[in-house]
Amino acid sequence: MHSPSGSDPSSSLVADASAAARWRTRRSRFVDATGSERVALLAATSAALRATVLRTISAAGLGHVGGDLSVTDILTTLFDGVLRIEPLQPQWAGRDRFILSKGHCAAALYATLAGCGYFDAARLAHFAAPLSPLNGHPNRRKVPGVETNTGPLGHGLPVAVGCATAAQLAKQDWRTFVVLGDGELQEGSNWEAAMYASHRALSSLTAVIDRNRLQQGAGTAETNELEPLADKWRAFGWEALTVNGHDHGELLQAFTSPRTNRPRVVIADTIKGRGVSFMENGVEWHHKVPSAAQVDAALKELGQA
Amino acid sequence: MSREDTSSGTFDCRQAFADELATMARADARIVAVCNDSVGSSNLVAFRKEFPERVINVGIAEQNMVGVAAGLANGGYLPFVCAASPFLTGRALEQIKADVVYSDFPVVLCGMSPGMAYGELGPTHHSIEDLAWMRAIDDLPVIVPADPDETRAVMRCVVASGKPAFVRIGRFKVPAVTPEGQAFALGRAATLRPGRDVTLIAIGTMVSRALDAADLLAARGIDARVINAASVKPLDTAAVLAAARETGRIVTIEEGIVHGGLGSAVAEVVVQNHPVPMRILGVPGFAPTGTTQFLLEHFGLTASGIAKAAQALLGGKMDA
Repeated sequence: MHSPSGSDPSSSLVADASAAARWRTRRSRFVDATGSERVALLAATSAALRATVLRTISAAGLGHVGGDLSVTDILTTLFDGVLRIEPLQPQWAGRDRFILSKGHCAAALYATLAGCGYFDAARLAHFAAPLSPLNGHPNRRKVPGVETNTGPLGHGLPVAVGCATAAQLAKQDWRTFVVLGDGELQEGSNWEAAMYASHRALSSLTAVIDRNRLQQGAGTAETNELEPLADKWRAFGWEALTVNGHDHGELLQAFTSPRTNRPRVVIADTIKGRGVSFMENGVEWHHKVPSAAQVDAALKELGQA
Repeated sequence: MSREDTSSGTFDCRQAFADELATMARADARIVAVCNDSVGSSNLVAFRKEFPERVINVGIAEQNMVGVAAGLANGGYLPFVCAASPFLTGRALEQIKADVVYSDFPVVLCGMSPGMAYGELGPTHHSIEDLAWMRAIDDLPVIVPADPDETRAVMRCVVASGKPAFVRIGRFKVPAVTPEGQAFALGRAATLRPGRDVTLIAIGTMVSRALDAADLLAARGIDARVINAASVKPLDTAAVLAAARETGRIVTIEEGIVHGGLGSAVAEVVVQNHPVPMRILGVPGFAPTGTTQFLLEHFGLTASGIAKAAQALLGGKMDA
């Protein structure tokens, strides 16, 4: 990866105007494109993002590659196709809020944010480096584009409910999107938040479940079964959609189709390690770091070598 | 006669809290109250009547309550989280740490009815651990106002800071102890009575009792300084060190566990800079059944108990 040789790992992250311009061009092309062209554009961005994630984790010697690769298409679809954001003005009051509740997939988030110009992608070389702003879990004090600090599981949805409540109180039209891991739904705080979101009819709130069916130690079904998952959300008063979490067209439709007065959950069926055959569905790839040879093989598979 | 028994009366700080919150809310549209089915116990009934949309009552769900408050702050609001202190600080400890303090959102965490205010309801409802838990979180200010005027001043101060804070809002009725016109500032303690022989450093409900104890000690020829250290964190280290240097003995008094609270905060400063003998008065552990008043007496958290501890501490210093 391009190394910011000579740069100080502890230096602050600053916006990358040229990357932001490239992101804006992608957005413009996306807006002007037909449905199938849009999917092709998002797929290309996703493939490049997967490569960046693999290089970032390989350089750092740590990360959560399996979940990073399962959430990639969700992130790409949101940041390139859905979110109303201004990467050069990360505190713009009218921005859509995006929260990655599964904060251990920080590398995927950082690569996404850098791809939008929130900061220079060269800084990804400092992921998890001593004194780097790019901690193993995202810190909004240090990383522009991060809305709240996540890492301990079960925190993102309550904060997202607070964001959506703020928009509702202030009668603002910005929206809130939060991505949760499926394993973290075992945390009770999610269900406190789910109950309150429907009580307030937070129709600007969308929760996305990265349903890769694996948690750190084993399958979710072996550990603490989540099914019937859509029924659980419906019982809590949510509109529940299930989509293929690697199909950008299905994701786009789920994120943008007309709303009722209810919060929406998108259960995105995904594959942990998606895109790299030897990682797919392997529980050991939750946080195993690929060797240099494995990274090369993975990049070839992704067409990004 | 103790200050709690005088004709000028005693006050529930929750009333001052509710009045000040409404006053500030009239001038600042960002202010909202977030609570856990605690509209009544936080004295927010009038606030809700005036600002029905600005009470965010999430129900009995403290983790969600604090997360929602952080999200409201992200969206531009200035939330006062109002909940019984044991449940706010115990159940939502990680949300306080990660969502509020580490994320640096200006959420005011109001621990209502702290200490042993819930008397007979027992240790599940007592909040004697809150000061230790909150002190352990990075730079989160930990503030224990001693009376209604100080409660109002603290609220204005934390709003102006634009930072998170933890504030204990007492339910146990206390007399007024704050001198008129005295400002509150983070990291600044108030010396309520000068003295040369020993210093009594107290917070919250214990401030008036420390003043009473100083009266008892004066009658025995002991000149006790009394300091209200409402800003437990950041602590007024200059005032603590002056007390150590000038009086040579320090007694701390708090309605909380004797591990990790005010006494520990004072000791951390004293032992590293100017070691002097100390006594840490507080609650040793889970309390037995009893009213608040009974329990405070049971643990020696009374004027006579404080005076006795001070005298014992002075045993080697002067012939009292």
